[in-house]
Amino acid sequence: MNSIPKKPSANFGRSVYELLISMRFAISLLTVLAIASIIGTVLKQNEPYNAYLNQFGQFWFPLFEAVGLYSVYHAGWFLLILTFLVISTSMCILRQGPQMLREMRAFREHAKEASLGQFAHRASYDTTLAPQVLGARIGDWLTREGYAFKTNVREGDNGGLLIAAKRGSGNRLGYILTHCAIVTICVGGLLDGDMPLKLQMMLGDTRAASRDLAFNDIPAQARMGADHWSYRGNVFLPEGKRSDIATLNVGDGILLQELPFDIMLKKFNVDFYSTGMPKRFASDIVIIDKASGQQFEHTIDVNKPVSYKGVTLYQASFDDGGSILQLKAHSLSPGSTDILDIKGQVGDAVKLKQKDTPLTLELTNLRPINVENLGEEKTTTSQEKMLQHLGNAARKTDKDLHNVGPSFSFKLRDAAGQAREFNNYMLPVVQEGRGFFMTGMRESQAEAFRYLRIPADEDGKLDTWFTLRALLTDKSRHAEIARRFTAKAMHGDAISETMRSKLSSTAERTMDLYGSGGYGALDKFIRDTVAEKEQPKAAEIFLKVLQGCTWEAWQLQREHSKLKPLDMTPARAVFIDDSLNTISDSFHYGAPVLIELAGFEEVKASVIQATRSPGKYIVFLGCALLIAGVFCMLYIHERRLFVLAKSDGKVLFAMATNRKTLDFESRFAQYREQLKQITVES
Amino acid sequence: MDMELAQQQLQTQTFSAWLQRRRLIDWVTLLVIAGGAFYALNTFGAFMDVYEKAILMAAVPVISFLAWSWPGLRNLLAVSTLSSLAAIGLYHGDLARAEQAFFLKFALSSQTAIGWMCFLFLMSTVAFWVGLAARSAFAEKTGSVLTWCAVAMGLTGMLVRWYESYLIGTDVGHIPVSNLYEVFVLFSLITALLYLHYERRYATRRLGAFILPVIAAAVGFLMWYALSRDAQEIQPLIPALQSYWMKIHVPANFIGYGSFALSAMVGVAWLVGDGGMLKGRLPEQDVLEDLMYKAIAIGFAFFTIATILGALWAAEAWGTYWQWDPKETWALIVWLNYAAWLHMRLTKGLRGAILAWWAVVGLVVVTFAFLGVNMFLSGLHSYGSL
Ligand code: HEM
Repeated sequence: MNSIPKKPSANFGRSVYELLISMRFAISLLTVLAIASIIGTVLKQNEPYNAYLNQFGQFWFPLFEAVGLYSVYHAGWFLLILTFLVISTSMCILRQGPQMLREMRAFREHAKEASLGQFAHRASYDTTLAPQVLGARIGDWLTREGYAFKTNVREGDNGGLLIAAKRGSGNRLGYILTHCAIVTICVGGLLDGDMPLKLQMMLGDTRAASRDLAFNDIPAQARMGADHWSYRGNVFLPEGKRSDIATLNVGDGILLQELPFDIMLKKFNVDFYSTGMPKRFASDIVIIDKASGQQFEHTIDVNKPVSYKGVTLYQASFDDGGSILQLKAHSLSPGSTDILDIKGQVGDAVKLKQKDTPLTLELTNLRPINVENLGEEKTTTSQEKMLQHLGNAARKTDKDLHNVGPSFSFKLRDAAGQAREFNNYMLPVVQEGRGFFMTGMRESQAEAFRYLRIPADEDGKLDTWFTLRALLTDKSRHAEIARRFTAKAMHGDAISETMRSKLSSTAERTMDLYGSGGYGALDKFIRDTVAEKEQPKAAEIFLKVLQGCTWEAWQLQREHSKLKPLDMTPARAVFIDDSLNTISDSFHYGAPVLIELAGFEEVKASVIQATRSPGKYIVFLGCALLIAGVFCMLYIHERRLFVLAKSDGKVLFAMATNRKTLDFESRFAQYREQLKQITVES
Repeated sequence: MDMELAQQQLQTQTFSAWLQRRRLIDWVTLLVIAGGAFYALNTFGAFMDVYEKAILMAAVPVISFLAWSWPGLRNLLAVSTLSSLAAIGLYHGDLARAEQAFFLKFALSSQTAIGWMCFLFLMSTVAFWVGLAARSAFAEKTGSVLTWCAVAMGLTGMLVRWYESYLIGTDVGHIPVSNLYEVFVLFSLITALLYLHYERRYATRRLGAFILPVIAAAVGFLMWYALSRDAQEIQPLIPALQSYWMKIHVPANFIGYGSFALSAMVGVAWLVGDGGMLKGRLPEQDVLEDLMYKAIAIGFAFFTIATILGALWAAEAWGTYWQWDPKETWALIVWLNYAAWLHMRLTKGLRGAILAWWAVVGLVVVTFAFLGVNMFLSGLHSYGSL
């Protein structure tokens, strides 16, 4: 190049400018954004940091954290790229826009004959019409076709008329609108995003606080005033309580956001469809203006938010707000029928005074409604199955949904801090025609609950089972039960005293064994003492004896309670079998107490999201621009026509567009023919 | 240039000229559509919010315009409306009638009608292939007619399904665009209609053999999904979906997806033609190229609208217009991909194999955004998980 070398700084400025306005740079930015976005969808974002630590291990975890992979869309570099995109696109508009507007308006009625000759789409005719006449005819035609035009009278040797027409200039406007829209949307989004907060945390003294702190212990640095202009946080509101604090999640910590008003939750409403699917979540709230003390009642539904003082309130989710639970802790110690009454709130931790093992009971949740599928799979032929998929589209498969009533969950934590999680149903669940109290246990969140099914007695209670369990696990009672059993078994038979005492001691031994470790202990005993061939037979005898003893234990207990003895029925025999199975399983229950839900008072809590996003309106404006722009660009076709009518009878026709498509070709062919007609005198 | 196309082109472009071209049947069509809308407004207005009423009113000019510009579509609407009304009449408000009334059982109940749609789409695919292999214009014509029939049955099925959902319970009733099963039917219908539109516009049936397989694949998925997962059962709407936004956001998205799918298949046809195969049995390469551009342009325009509607809806339901949910993010990626495609074609003047391949790859991206996100990623949009 021969140009005079400029100062290097100017040169540098120039090349930065060139880079910024180049489409290649814009495309590169977009590509990086696209790739980063994909990472963000593949790696679950904003999980607790522990989860990432487990997933990636000690080495990669801090590295990925530093790059911001756990919150890609909020990472500094991501926002920086967006900022550059805004700059680049703005500069692109600034450079191209004015020129485009100028071109839009121009008819180019001064085009030279020679330049018309360069057009790819042109035609020429001979006419006997005078230029003025032809001009008028063409003018009419153009108006009919929806073109705007300008006529330029040519002086000079050859003289004549140039008609320059155009249509669809909006196409260029489309370019400007689209690109302005991109800038507008990004600017609005950046304002609402957490860039401002990031800057505040970097430059100011705002600091996130740990999630484990109680609200009152959170320091002032983590509290944002009501004048904070853009935020999105959650307000946790139990029924009957009021609050003006929203919590914002920031990385691994939280900030507290003060709202310009108080919100009081009157009632939280949940409705269900018959399938158990949620139908409606809604909060009846009262907004209390802090300045004026005015109160406004509103109901917030999902999809129906409420706005006040620039803050919009949404129904985000719900939780238990500290329901009061009445519990009975049944001791599972051998021989014990002790019951401890406990009253606690969901969220509380209660110390259980167990003799040897101190335990903490943490009440975690209450679910008043549980809809379960209790239907049994019917077998269908493939033809039936096929037909099931025709006809109407209502649910036809054999699902039998029932509300099985309330359940609650809790953890039992031992002195070493180890916790087991439990999930107990309040009412017996009907299975195979019998009612069972279900109590589930698991050692970690990763497991499914394993359920112990305790048969409900004839009053629909747990009591009989507990009594039987207490008697069978209490060695001191076994002799008495064995005696009654033997008396009944030998009733009316003339049998020797030795035989009688042998049976009695077998019964006692059976109960001792079973009472120390369930069927497992009995089984071990049989294996150890009986010849292999005899084992099945022995097991059968032991089982019979055990069943008989259990029946006697039951009757004994009734006698003590001054109740009439019962008659044996098949249902009662099944109850004894069920009880024996469950007592045997209860040795592996994993807790020294079984906690029964005796009653509750539900307190619901609503989680309401409070958002202030002033950038929203900028973004929506950008969206409107974008739709307008895209339609202009894609569906308004720019066309320019030039007709030069010379005084010597020659007519030149040329046509141009900025987008060559097949439509343009056929339009040109059509106009070429129409002009031919027009140029003929009639 | 083909006769039909040339004829359309010869028409004057101004609005008044367009209005003058309307014939009696057009005004009757408008009257019927408007009458239907007013009847609906009168009968059910009390159950609609102001937005739903606005959507209903806006549907009148939109549907009328489409019916005016495309007689085939007008006939389709007439047939499907009449058969849905017949179905409603036969139901007597009792779902069990689907098993008893002959016409409901074998034709018009929603699942039977959708079953017919599946069958007819598969048949039309076969017919188009026979047409391509045997160079038979008759087979191609058959394919075309079968496609129309499939669309008519599918549309009827959807309308009747809408009605059936209200028979289950007034609180359960909703427009059938709320889960993966329903939108797959919608996708098949829209793609087929777009194909039929271009078939008329370019006066060629030669592309049926390329476009219909995409629909056949969707139908295959639909049948698997219904048989193995009972996905056809009408489910009530969860609270997040109870919004008038759903009525416009979802269809707009599927016009986008349908067009993108179509453009990809045209891209395949272009590539096949470029390889010199099927000489004389495909439309001209530049017609294919033009069609590919048109389909992507429509898809891009509607996808833009759909994404924006999604953002507006999110602002109302979740309190934020954009939160980088996997579905949103993949919609953005799809959008950027086609924006780049349009840049390359329109501003860089790129043509040929690269654009065709790009359109094909575009469908892979779209499929991931449509299905992959539901299968592999979790997020707020997991209404139609597999
Ligand atoms: C997110 C960013 C962007 C999007 C989504 C976008 C979108 C579009 C679209 C859809 C078109 C239509 C294709 C057409 O009809 O011409 C277009 C045209 C164009 N874009 Fe972009 N664009 C973006 C950024 C940029 C940037 C940063 C530049 C410049 C550095 C740029 C330069 C152009 C030019 C020169 C045209 C052609 C205008 C014309 O000739 O009419 N674009 N853009």
